Amino acid sequence: MSLELVVAAVMFTGVLAYAVLGGADFGSGFFDLTAGGDRAGAALRTRIDHSIGPVWEANHVWLIFVLVTWWSAFPTAFAAAMDALILPMLLALLGIVLRGSSFAFRKYAATLGQARFFGVVFAGSSLVTPFFLGATAGAIASGRVSLDGREDVWSSWLTPTSVIGGLVAVGTCVFLAGCFLVADARRGGEEDLAETLRRRTLGVGLVTGLVVFAGLLPLRADAPTLWDGLTGRALPLVLVAFVAGLATLGLLLVRRYALARLTAVVAVASVVSGWGVGQLPWLLVDEVTVVDAAGATATLQGLLVAFGLAAVLVLPPLAYLLRLTQTEQWSRAAH
Amino acid sequence: MLTTLAPLLTTLASDVAGAAAEPAGLLPARQQMALSLGWHIVLACFGVALPTIIAVVHWRGAFRGDQGALLLAKRWGKVSAVLFAIGAVSGTVLGFEMGLLWPGLMGTFGDVVGLAFAFEGLSFFVEAIFLGMYLYAWGRMDPRHQFWMLVPMAVSGISGTFFILSVNAWMNAPVGFDIVDGEVVNIDPWAVFTNDQVWMQFLHMWLAAFMVAGFAVAAVYAAGMLRGRRDRHHRLGFMVPFAFATVAALMQPFVGHLLGLRVAETQPAKLAAFELALETESPSPLRLGGIVVDGEVVGSIDVPVLGSVIARNSFTEPVQGLDTIPPEDQPPVNVVHLAFQTMIGIGSLFVLVVLAFWGARWRGRDLLENRWFLRAVVACAPLSVVALQAGWIATEVGRQPWVVYGVMRTTEAAGDNSGLWWLLGATTVVYTAMTVGAVLVLRSMARRWRDGEEDLPSPYGPEPGDAEVEPAGAETAR
Repeated sequence: MSLELVVAAVMFTGVLAYAVLGGADFGSGFFDLTAGGDRAGAALRTRIDHSIGPVWEANHVWLIFVLVTWWSAFPTAFAAAMDALILPMLLALLGIVLRGSSFAFRKYAATLGQARFFGVVFAGSSLVTPFFLGATAGAIASGRVSLDGREDVWSSWLTPTSVIGGLVAVGTCVFLAGCFLVADARRGGEEDLAETLRRRTLGVGLVTGLVVFAGLLPLRADAPTLWDGLTGRALPLVLVAFVAGLATLGLLLVRRYALARLTAVVAVASVVSGWGVGQLPWLLVDEVTVVDAAGATATLQGLLVAFGLAAVLVLPPLAYLLRLTQTEQWSRAAH
Repeated sequence: MLTTLAPLLTTLASDVAGAAAEPAGLLPARQQMALSLGWHIVLACFGVALPTIIAVVHWRGAFRGDQGALLLAKRWGKVSAVLFAIGAVSGTVLGFEMGLLWPGLMGTFGDVVGLAFAFEGLSFFVEAIFLGMYLYAWGRMDPRHQFWMLVPMAVSGISGTFFILSVNAWMNAPVGFDIVDGEVVNIDPWAVFTNDQVWMQFLHMWLAAFMVAGFAVAAVYAAGMLRGRRDRHHRLGFMVPFAFATVAALMQPFVGHLLGLRVAETQPAKLAAFELALETESPSPLRLGGIVVDGEVVGSIDVPVLGSVIARNSFTEPVQGLDTIPPEDQPPVNVVHLAFQTMIGIGSLFVLVVLAFWGARWRGRDLLENRWFLRAVVACAPLSVVALQAGWIATEVGRQPWVVYGVMRTTEAAGDNSGLWWLLGATTVVYTAMTVGAVLVLRSMARRWRDGEEDLPSPYGPEPGDAEVEPAGAETAR
């Protein structure tokens, strides 16, 4: 494996971590939005606040990690993607800004009216963000970004693949969030809430599964390179996603929430890595390969040092934080 | 280094045929950067300094049994939850903007400065993780154990400042690459951390962060004392941040002075603009105020020789005049001069305020009894933000027309997307809304605390007990 591929692989690991951990945070916006009225939805909204409150900022940093690695390791490809995909990037960014700020504001809102307002902004923007990030991925995967040409800022991403990418992103985020929340609710001793969440997550899971697998078909014409990858090299991942997705639905049916969480992560991670493996060796599909897009070798080596430091300095405390939030003590409300 | 870059200048200049023509994306990108960076830097100050300030009160509370101090730590922690959240998202905005607004800069030099951003990202990662633990540990963890969550936050605040400032220092004094035939080659990504400017710029900003956060928090409790709330809670809430602000305010002039001396060597045009030196005079006067109108200085108060003393550490060395610098390489002089002197003026005022307090205390007088002193401290909070902004304006506008000094002009870094004006409009609206939201929430927090409510009621729905007495959808959470 060449140096370029190692760096690209670590960068893609960041994408995966963001899709799974950050995705679960975004997806909870759907359950917040559909929680019901002030009174009926209070328990679910409090649960969401407990579940994502301690972790969303840390999970959000995966995106920064990906951005920084991208522009350091593959600077020209980064500049090209930013240029062609400025609109979906900005719309995702708007969602990120509104999600983070309104989530923090809602927690300390002065009145129920304010909390309601910030809550709607939080929940809505939680769904907007993954859609546009997914659309961005779709544009890259379907070869809409070129290094030199100036693509139209609209037609570069208003394509079938981008729309599918956006829908898949939203669906997987919501599905993950449901699986996490249902497990959190049980650990917090809220069986009624868990039951409600279980039903909704089952519904979301069915729809998402349909979107993911039906969404493969238009790729054949709209993103032939990705299609070839998905039906070739990445086919095992597609199958794993299918099996793990089904297993998650089954586990939810029999109320094995802790295990369902695990299979859901496997399913979503397989979907996302299916895209990554499917478009190899391209960084920007049909335009520039990972190897050709790489910047200075010294910088790639430096990034490896940064990755090593991150593995030592960031991963242990991150694991500790995630473990803390999964303990029963943290799942219950503070006194 | 710069001599090896000389050929590049001609190459790049010929690339942008008719360099006078500005790309359509330049002006909106500049305004956008000024708005988003100016907004974020205020929050970054809290992100850098607040964990350390909280650590002091938390330590007193956890290890000395001072319950009042622990209460302050808990409240400041909640405030920081709000500030860090909007700081995190506005920092992300900047990450995107580097690519969106300045494709020429990131496409060309992304791999030269990339490591600095990577390490800054690492620092932010650590801070975000431990922030999550600290905030949610209340009532779930022993306060003595919880204290240690603050330490990595404080350390990563320092390292994050260093790494991000190393990028800015690199823009002022670029290192770590060569230009051969217009191509960036021989990249040494580690050189960014050892460039000549980085330590001084880091110290300058680090101290500034403690001035902004220290004065802001102290001002809140000074305002409380002005309204007659003169209890121990307010005294402690004032003293801890004020002590931090004091140390920072007293050290800042020295660091600033050393930084200024470097500017004479590295960026004479910037220094000339700082000092409003249109011509080289030996010795140079210190020009207080004044602007340039039609090539003449108007309305300044000139103190002979002092300019040389302050800017060059000498009675004779002159400040190199702007007339020695080609017009196309000169920064906008008036903005730079006024911003620079605003920063210096406010910084000097801070020195007086903190010296007055500790001097009086040394002589047995407590200035917290003095309403005028309290008013002055309240004024210090917005003034510190003004000084912070003025300082950044002075150094950033003073570096113009270069984005990477002597290597790349800002016009070459910008794209030609005139649609960026829409972005600027939208950003203005969103940032205004975020500011309003933050102020609203922080004020309501303070109001509830004054009313004696410690744990805020769940804002997601009416309290279960209210069901009988209030109609559904009642407007208040209580």
